[in-house]
Amino acid sequence: MSSHNESAVAQNHVHRDDVGAKMGMWLFLFTELLLFGGLFLVYAVYRYQYPDQFHLAGMELNTGIGTLNTIILLTSSLTVALSIAAIQKKNKFLSVLMLSLTLAFALMFMVNKYFEWSAKFSHGIYPGSEELLSLPNGQILFFGLYYVMTGLHGLHVLIGIIILSIILVMIIKDKITFDNYIKLENSGLYWHLVDLIWIFLFPLFYLIQ
Amino acid sequence: MHEEKNNHHIGYGTYVLVWIALLAFTSITVTIAGVSLGRYTLLVALFIAAIKSALVINIFMHIKFDEKIFKVFLLLSGFTLLVIFILTFFDFLYR
Repeated sequence: MSSHNESAVAQNHVHRDDVGAKMGMWLFLFTELLLFGGLFLVYAVYRYQYPDQFHLAGMELNTGIGTLNTIILLTSSLTVALSIAAIQKKNKFLSVLMLSLTLAFALMFMVNKYFEWSAKFSHGIYPGSEELLSLPNGQILFFGLYYVMTGLHGLHVLIGIIILSIILVMIIKDKITFDNYIKLENSGLYWHLVDLIWIFLFPLFYLIQ
Repeated sequence: MHEEKNNHHIGYGTYVLVWIALLAFTSITVTIAGVSLGRYTLLVALFIAAIKSALVINIFMHIKFDEKIFKVFLLLSGFTLLVIFILTFFDFLYR
């Protein structure tokens, strides 16, 4: 690591430790993994306890909108990866374009989420609603986990939108360049994690047929 | 060696291929969910999700080409999660 640091200093005449920065990001991602891991654990135990009610409640979710959001997130992961590849190849325009597309996809995801949740709310299914509390325990648990887990994931998407917007401005202002793009890379890692979590949320909530 | 590794840049094409594979796996998992496989439905869905995550982690997140220590961290946290799952289920099933 130190040899890398020295070469970075020699090249740029600034103190920078990209490997250290990335290591910090990975450590943070592992805390995120354990945070969501705990929720997946709760899901696993209750699904094991109430398989039929999870099945019934899962049928209520809109598979189409879930699939659409999966495709949107996967594509946004591609565009953020392409944005990094572009800046490595000194193609600032493509990098900005790809990152803007990522932001557009992230917003689309949240708009879909809004419509999905509003539809559920209008059917009287929201945390603490009379309609929900009249259901059997297993279904209350399913919808509780659905709102907590996709809600926490949605919060991560919102935070991602803020971070990626800041990074976009930094690229436009040449604060992030082909020889100094660790901030873009780390934000990309965060965005991929958001995608990863959705890869598991999608089959567990939307694909119970 | 170190520099060489750090400068391993993946081309646009590789990313697009991985993206196509991810979309293909998504359509497979959605199609399979419609077919009744009984108790295996969940296993198949989780297996496909695991393949998709492996693609994202290795290629999109560069872990395949990055410092080895990141991979060690990842395996360690995955293992921790696995142990927590196993211990919890032991407690839950044999309480």
